[in-house]
Amino acid sequence: MTLTRSATAIATLMALGATPVAAQTEIQFWHAMGGALGEKVEEIATGFNESQDDFKVVPTYKGNYTENMTAAIAAFRAGEQPHIVQVFEVGTATMMAAEGAVKPVHALMENADIDWNADAYLPAVRSYYSTPEGKLLSLPFNSSTPVLWYNADLLEQAGIDEVPSTWDEMFAAGEALQETGHDCAFSFGWQSWVMIENYLAWHDAPIGTKENGFARLDTELVIDESESLTDLLQRIADSTEDGTFKYGGRRGDSLPLFTSGECAMWMNSSAYYASIKDQAEFEFGQSMLPLNTDAADAPQNSIIGGATLWVLDGHDDGDYQGVAEFFDYMSQPEVQADWHQSTGYVPITTAAYELSQEQGFYEEEPGTDTAIKQLSLNEPTANSSGLRFGNFVQIRDIINEELEDLWAGNQSAAEALENAADRGNDLLREFEDSNS
Amino acid sequence: MVERRPLLLVVQHAVLILGAAVFVFPIYLAFVASTHTAREVNSGLPLLPGDQMWTNYATVLGDGLSTAGAPPIGLMLMNSTIMALAITLGKLAISLLSSFAIVYFRFPFRVLAFWTIFITLMLPVEVRILPTYEVVAQLGMLNSYAGLSIPLIASATATFLFRQFFMTVPDELTEAARIDGAGPLKFFRDILVPLSRTNIAALFVILFIYGWNQYLWPLLVTTDESYYTVVMGIQRMANAGEETPQWHLIMSTAILALLPPVVVILAMQRLFVRGLVEVEK
Amino acid sequence: MRTKKVTFRHRWLPYLLVAPQIAITLVFFIWPASQALYQSVLRQDAFGLKTEFVGLANFAKLFNDPLYLESFVTTVVYSAMVAGLSMGVALVLAVMADRVVRQATTYRTLLIWPYAVAPAVAGVLWWFLFNPTIGIAAYALDAVGYDWNHYQDGGDAMTLIVIAAAWRQVSYNFLFFLAGLQAIPRSLTEAAAIDGAGPVKRFWTIQLPLLSPTAFFLVVVNVVYAFFETFGIVHATTSGGPGNDTVILVYKVWRDAFEGLNLGSSAAQSVVLMVIVIALTAIQFRYLENRVEY
Repeated sequence: MTLTRSATAIATLMALGATPVAAQTEIQFWHAMGGALGEKVEEIATGFNESQDDFKVVPTYKGNYTENMTAAIAAFRAGEQPHIVQVFEVGTATMMAAEGAVKPVHALMENADIDWNADAYLPAVRSYYSTPEGKLLSLPFNSSTPVLWYNADLLEQAGIDEVPSTWDEMFAAGEALQETGHDCAFSFGWQSWVMIENYLAWHDAPIGTKENGFARLDTELVIDESESLTDLLQRIADSTEDGTFKYGGRRGDSLPLFTSGECAMWMNSSAYYASIKDQAEFEFGQSMLPLNTDAADAPQNSIIGGATLWVLDGHDDGDYQGVAEFFDYMSQPEVQADWHQSTGYVPITTAAYELSQEQGFYEEEPGTDTAIKQLSLNEPTANSSGLRFGNFVQIRDIINEELEDLWAGNQSAAEALENAADRGNDLLREFEDSNS
Repeated sequence: MVERRPLLLVVQHAVLILGAAVFVFPIYLAFVASTHTAREVNSGLPLLPGDQMWTNYATVLGDGLSTAGAPPIGLMLMNSTIMALAITLGKLAISLLSSFAIVYFRFPFRVLAFWTIFITLMLPVEVRILPTYEVVAQLGMLNSYAGLSIPLIASATATFLFRQFFMTVPDELTEAARIDGAGPLKFFRDILVPLSRTNIAALFVILFIYGWNQYLWPLLVTTDESYYTVVMGIQRMANAGEETPQWHLIMSTAILALLPPVVVILAMQRLFVRGLVEVEK
Repeated sequence: MRTKKVTFRHRWLPYLLVAPQIAITLVFFIWPASQALYQSVLRQDAFGLKTEFVGLANFAKLFNDPLYLESFVTTVVYSAMVAGLSMGVALVLAVMADRVVRQATTYRTLLIWPYAVAPAVAGVLWWFLFNPTIGIAAYALDAVGYDWNHYQDGGDAMTLIVIAAAWRQVSYNFLFFLAGLQAIPRSLTEAAAIDGAGPVKRFWTIQLPLLSPTAFFLVVVNVVYAFFETFGIVHATTSGGPGNDTVILVYKVWRDAFEGLNLGSSAAQSVVLMVIVIALTAIQFRYLENRVEY
């Protein structure tokens, strides 16, 4: 062990090339932001560390969202948990059910010696992560929402003047594109999030019973009960035949379909802005998700995706003052606006949105406010506040699997949704059993 | 050659060259990707190397890698080397000793010891990873080279192969040693280990590659960036969330990460092949 | 179990010699494995805050789950294809290399090194190659009229992981086949040649039968490899999709634990895998044990 320790010390010194700082309380912060985002996270932590002398936030990348969350849970079981862990939105129910393992943000802030108000956060963001009584459980950090990305050059070539705003217009655009010899009109990624969760919220229809799971654990999925959704998915599946729709994989794997110009439109997170801007060699833009006029006359609001910061219990009380101060720092309009502008995530506090407006960001980068407009289109209803289902990571996988069987022509849309709901409900019951 | 058939000879070389080309192709492409700019890679990769090689590798090796979200590559390469060597040497040491005991001694509980070790023969670490993690955490070995390597030493492949080899060593050697009055340890050191040279070499290559290529385990047990390994670093760069992975830099890193195990396997090729085949025969 | 006819005698030395490995095995293998065994009869939330003993319910559920059984079939098909493809290609190459005696080493050098590539990296490489939009292999297939899309087509996805997994393993198989061929006495093949047997006939009547022990050994090694060590490939390329078409058992164990945080079910699956591993080990061990006696 001695050998290991000294090797460790040498390695650390080599890595840092600096002398260790003493007498600061370290706050461990595990996150899932790889690439340039990770660097931005480190910048925020450095900013906080330089702003005061008592605490030092140490951000650590622990793999993608799932790896990060599991690492934190495994660490908790072994008594080695970090103070802060970044968890994606679908892990919310799991974290929430873990009473005794997490410290709700509202409690953290109340106990800390700090003046902080959760109302600074946008309602559509706040509601996703609050108890039914409106108490904030975790700190919103990176949020996005799906938008319709379009290739303006291709639409123009096909003589489409207006970006489609309804599904009928989407398919009409598909026909127009095919007449000019262009096969693929649209594709999408994160299909459960974009085409089911957001579709239903956008049309003010429920995803599950008991207020999408917010109210109680005995919630059930009802994604198979929306006729307009079933019909639409069937219509999309049928349109793989002539190539109007092309499936390009889970998550963001279909991005190249759009950036290479193969598909004229793409529905996915607004956070792809930087990537698309970097790669697209054509005029592009973003606009609101299409409306299915069979289901509603006007859109409700879209729901967010992304992640929040959860605080894990089991550290010294003094440490939590540091966590609270860090959260307070992160809520500042300047920090938020900078994060929003450099990453493409939506501004999640009203002040950050206003600050970005003042700075003229949306004039410089037109379209970048589509996401926030979509999110704040209306006051969220019980159907559009978000969702809270246990085992939802697996349920999303199930939805992926069933939809893939639909796109491949192995089953109908009605069957796909029914199977997904049935299998999903099994997992919901399992979650209920192991958490009650 | 048994007979001369020029046409056949041509076919043989053609098949082999084609085979080798197919084999090398993915790596060649990785190399090509590492010599272009991000934009070129993402808009359909050209088949010939570009002119960005020095820029990309300088970025990766220099300070610029942090923009791709990973600690300095020199450090990661060093960690990978330490981890791979610790696993390799540790496993070789304990397996040589234990297989020597099992083959050359009769002692109570020998069979039990044998099966305790052999039950671990093939179960990969991924399958028992969470309980293993808890054990390592309880022992306070997170964020240490010991935690990175020792749990991966718990596998019987090397012991098994040494046992197979020792069984083929002629008994006359042992008897001669005994007549000369050599004790078991002297026999082990002066005769058995030198005889196992090629097997040790073969296992060295296999285990080094095994250790170098670990991904999930290091990801779990390290939180301190100064312990990151290079394979983890590549995955970290490829998992860039909602932004496009910087393929040109990822591939430069992948090429650099490939070099040490490839050098090991090529440098030790002769011994490796001989040892491997001797053991299994 | 056999030992040497000639052995050493010592009261405590053998214990000292096996002690390090036994200690490491107990602490880092037997202990965690028994915890997995224990976990498999529990139902527990992810954080380990609430625990309930459920007996064999996790196992019952598993074997009543058609998807788990499907995953078994997928794994068997996949392993058979990986073993078949990697051994077939390796054998062809080895036979060719054996015949060009002088350059055999050169070709061996060219073919040996994919073995050094990490599965996690191999996954990234093949993902890159077969990406339906920017991948060169997909582009080439498209040019000959095949619309490659492993995101949608289960067959394409299976082909992708089989190729990626076999790629690395061909090197290993090649080494064994080449060594096996080179060990066959030249006089045997020469005698057959004088009798008028052509190269193809000689391969079937002389070389292949003599290679069969090597081949059997490689079958076990390749099946074990495909079963257990290709997690990284599936993880990096298909994530088990489309549908459930490429969910192999090891991937499912990992996914249910890591993504699903369903530790009870995952532990039960680990136990099933352990049983399979022990069975495969026993087969291989018996076989090797017998071989050494000759």
